[in-house]
Amino acid sequence: MEKKTKIHAEDDRHDLVITREFDLPVELLFKAYEDPEIVAQWMGTKVLRLENKKYGGWEFETSDANGNVVFKANGVIHDFVPNQKIVRTFEMENIDFAPQLEFLEFEKLTDDSSKLTMQIIYRSIEHRTTQLKLPFAQGLNMAHNRLEEIVTKIK
Amino acid sequence: MTSLYLQSNNCVMEIRRDVFQAIADPTRRAILSLVAIQAMTPGAIAENFNSSRQTISKHIQILNECELLHQTQNGREIYYHLNPEKMKEIDKFIEPFRKMWDDRFNKLESIMKNYKK
Repeated sequence: MEKKTKIHAEDDRHDLVITREFDLPVELLFKAYEDPEIVAQWMGTKVLRLENKKYGGWEFETSDANGNVVFKANGVIHDFVPNQKIVRTFEMENIDFAPQLEFLEFEKLTDDSSKLTMQIIYRSIEHRTTQLKLPFAQGLNMAHNRLEEIVTKIK
Repeated sequence: MTSLYLQSNNCVMEIRRDVFQAIADPTRRAILSLVAIQAMTPGAIAENFNSSRQTISKHIQILNECELLHQTQNGREIYYHLNPEKMKEIDKFIEPFRKMWDDRFNKLESIMKNYKK
């Protein structure tokens, strides 16, 4: 099967483009980015703040099973057009990494399918490389998986 | 403590490892992420996980054998660093990143399908 999520990263550029087609109407795809509770579910993080408007800001925080905060990120929202686009910054806290700029475009393909194109612009090629080579987020996902394990046990 | 590490080293030495195998495991990727930020002792690394120290030191040994880690001795403590040269050899380094987004998006899709009428 063809990979659903594609990453296009050219060697000499300091951006990359992530594309993904969803079996979802564009309205539902956008809702997954708009509703803080839903964002929390699929991103596996706590959403402290999500102000979906120009000049708005957002803050995410992820804790491990013991309640220690392992990841904190924040940014500002530059543009927010429902079912079309979001422009925002992304910055990890407590790590010496420059913020990145993200352009998210939501596109209707059919009534029941849609496409997301996410361009991420890094400060430098080195910054992009580090981000890609060291899958920080994988570690964070793992923290999240542990949380899930615990939640499943409680159920 | 030293003997403990030697033992786990012997266990894993039997199997031929390559870098891709090394980074295929989520715990090992998490270890790499940790030591990418700063050099750490095995104890400090293990504190970040729920697994036993022994399990984590086994993972560290595998990463060490694949030369993804450098080690330096400081008094009685061993510190592990990331070996960036070896990381450069991973020409498929985008894959874990892609996989991470793919997992997230799969989750997004399955959650949102519940909202479909």
